[in-house]
Amino acid sequence: MNLDAKIPSGPIEKKWDSHRFNLKLVNPANKRKYHIIVVGTGLAGASAAASLADLGYKVTSLCYHESPRRAHSIAAQGGINAPKNYTNEGDSIWRLFYDTVKGGDYRAREANVYRLAQVSGNIIDQCVAQGVPFAREYGGLLDNRSFGGAQVSRTFYARGQTGQQLLLGAYSALSRQVGTGNITFHDRREMMDLVLVNGQARGIIVRNMKTGALERYAGHAVVLATGGYGNTFYLSTMAKASNATAIWRAYKKGACLANPCFTQIHPTCIPQSGAYQSKLTLMSESLRNDGRIWVPKQKNDPRPPHQIPEAERDYYLERRYPSFGNLVPRDVASRAAKKMCDEGYGVGPTKLSVYLDFSDAVHRLGKQKIAEKYGNLFDMYHEIAGDNPYETPMRIYPAIHYTMGGLWVDYNLMSTIPGLYVLGEANFSDHGANRLGASALMQGLADGYFVLPYTIGDYLAGTNFENASIDNPAFADAETTTHQQIKRLLSINGKTTADAFHRSLGKIMWDKVGIGRNKQGLSEAISAIRKLGEEFWKDLKLTGGESMNSELERAGRVADFIELGELLARDALHREESCGGHFREEYQTEDGEARRNDEQFAYAAAWEYTGPQSEPKLNKEPLMFEHVKPSQRSYK
Amino acid sequence: MNFTLDIWRQSGPRETGKLVTYKISDIPADASFLEMLDVLNEELVRKGDEPIAFDHDCREGICGSCGVMVNGRAHGPHGGIATCELRMRAFRDGEHLVVEPWRAKPFPVIKDLVVDRTSFDRIMQRGGFVSVKTGGAPDANAIPVPKVIADEAFDAAACIGCGACVAACKNGSAMLFVSAKVSQLALLPQGDAERTARVQGMIAQMDEEGFGSCSNTYACEAECPKEISVSHIARLNREFLRSQVL
Repeated sequence: MNLDAKIPSGPIEKKWDSHRFNLKLVNPANKRKYHIIVVGTGLAGASAAASLADLGYKVTSLCYHESPRRAHSIAAQGGINAPKNYTNEGDSIWRLFYDTVKGGDYRAREANVYRLAQVSGNIIDQCVAQGVPFAREYGGLLDNRSFGGAQVSRTFYARGQTGQQLLLGAYSALSRQVGTGNITFHDRREMMDLVLVNGQARGIIVRNMKTGALERYAGHAVVLATGGYGNTFYLSTMAKASNATAIWRAYKKGACLANPCFTQIHPTCIPQSGAYQSKLTLMSESLRNDGRIWVPKQKNDPRPPHQIPEAERDYYLERRYPSFGNLVPRDVASRAAKKMCDEGYGVGPTKLSVYLDFSDAVHRLGKQKIAEKYGNLFDMYHEIAGDNPYETPMRIYPAIHYTMGGLWVDYNLMSTIPGLYVLGEANFSDHGANRLGASALMQGLADGYFVLPYTIGDYLAGTNFENASIDNPAFADAETTTHQQIKRLLSINGKTTADAFHRSLGKIMWDKVGIGRNKQGLSEAISAIRKLGEEFWKDLKLTGGESMNSELERAGRVADFIELGELLARDALHREESCGGHFREEYQTEDGEARRNDEQFAYAAAWEYTGPQSEPKLNKEPLMFEHVKPSQRSYK
Repeated sequence: MNFTLDIWRQSGPRETGKLVTYKISDIPADASFLEMLDVLNEELVRKGDEPIAFDHDCREGICGSCGVMVNGRAHGPHGGIATCELRMRAFRDGEHLVVEPWRAKPFPVIKDLVVDRTSFDRIMQRGGFVSVKTGGAPDANAIPVPKVIADEAFDAAACIGCGACVAACKNGSAMLFVSAKVSQLALLPQGDAERTARVQGMIAQMDEEGFGSCSNTYACEAECPKEISVSHIARLNREFLRSQVL
């Protein structure tokens, strides 16, 4: 397959402007004749659906939740970046572009990142106009903070609930269009398959989760905004039902999946406390601004933290990274925590956690000040872990938090299937091998509000569409395949529940494809996942029938996670370098830092499905760095 | 910890439901209420029974999907949290718990503990927005908003749309939910232009869906996982009155 990224020519700061001028337009009167299906209602999906409807297209929007407002974008805490330079620190589009490419460890596409930085300011304007209550200063203007180690304050935030407020803004825009009839919204629908007619994406097969009925939706283009695949690891900070089924089934229909091994592990999550645990909860990264991370100097120290004197504590981040200390990037902090626990210095009942201690900060600033800054987070921790962080150090451990990989898209956000667009976390384009804090919200909204509405018009205006209603045989075929799979799942009648399979997959993924990866472990993971997949189809225990059935939903998703997990491990095995969230133990510097291999691996790895029995084909999109020269990241 | 659970089972919207008793043992005190239901469901599936249907997703108290009555209280005995944040250590070992879905006419049961709250979405579609087209916004700092006003708008905007206010109210009133959005947008200058149409549209839809009037018992505020104040209901009433006379 020839991957054409369709990057416009010309200087980088002019690419998007000249591209917008060159894009074909759909006549305003003709827009309503085009029907676009948008799957997912998170930041990317809701903003895209609302903006397309604004323009006059006929839009169908669906999600697996009962309401668009429940998508997992809602759980993002920290903030959203934009180089408004309201703080007069010398921020600029160029600086945000530079930071994002560097932070992504030189594995993102420069042109996309530049455009992202360009439109990010418009996002803040748009959201404020919708009534999003961003934090403000006493003068009434917007407040900014520094986030995730950035050297300028460019993060706009709404307490610790920025994702919620932005999503409710996008949801309000979507609701307005549903109210006026420009968007038809369907709740509790799960996409089961993509329908191609003449090689073009022309519709989807959907399961109505309330009744179990399979439904067909036909249109001129399909937009997937279905989020990331972090739940491949079972435990993650994703929502319990977040899944990869939509992108995985699109992959099996011919869309390439790029860089699946680029997964982000967040260092500050509440650790797992038992096998019953269903998810991990993130504690905002901002806590590292005032908390100090440490472990006892003595291995397997049984003493409670307050009985360990200062001299017997190892503040290992401050020791190893004197200039950045506790504020090193996410990947570095996560690896360091794992290393300490692997070596036997971990704390807590499972010995798989490290302390995040606020006693110095409470002493310095007073309890009142700490409560103002972190009160809601401390309360959340207290509720979940049962300890009071004002008195006892928090226990934290890394967890899967975001997936940079996703379906491959070109500059127009179109996948390798004509008419199939992919937005937000579901695509791969902007974060390279590591995403910086406060940039997920930015990318989701950039894609939906300010990129797709332009680029999709060019495709619609320039394509000859044959009439493809839901009566087309391609819909019947896809529906039959879906129904057969559901019947097959229900007829296995084995002994192991879908959740048990999912936990087994998660254990393989976390142990061998997690924070540190190596050739042997990855090869073992691939065969173990294969074996798990075979067992799944022989031994799945499923009750209930084809109508509303949470176990059936789960089983279908787990089947896809198992297959995706194998591809993820395969991608990690092939990438013989360490970069961003992908750390191969064989490729590190003498002091244990990631070592990239730009000569051999400065490309996006786009995997192409070739059938159930054959190995996927690797396609490479070379990445050029003309403006941000690759260098070794150092936080010493 | 061990528990006896009476859980509402109802196979479909038009079927008759009933409370079914289950025993569950060895639940760790740190497990969340929903994780306890996960464990129970896995046991049921292993035995060949159908799992209990319940809504949930983020499991960190922000998406608003989950919500059940535990011993007659929305989201269980603790204030200020959603069901997913409730830990089993909130209960006594051996306690008997009655678990029911939200009970309100505009929230019909779909299955077991799952109810249909799309009436909330329909209320939002009648005015819970500012009509701004994508791309048409002025600079974000063009209109200053005093911090105290912005903070108060935020307090209202924190609503997660879970429906606990309706479930807790003896009148099945959605006034706290509606007031949260009306109040947020009435406080902010961005919402000013559509103030009248918004409050009238949303109230009309609220009535059409069959929600009751405010009972003035403040049960909604007591059970709201985001502790949204009933003072927003006062602002809603004021906004509605204003829309009638201005």
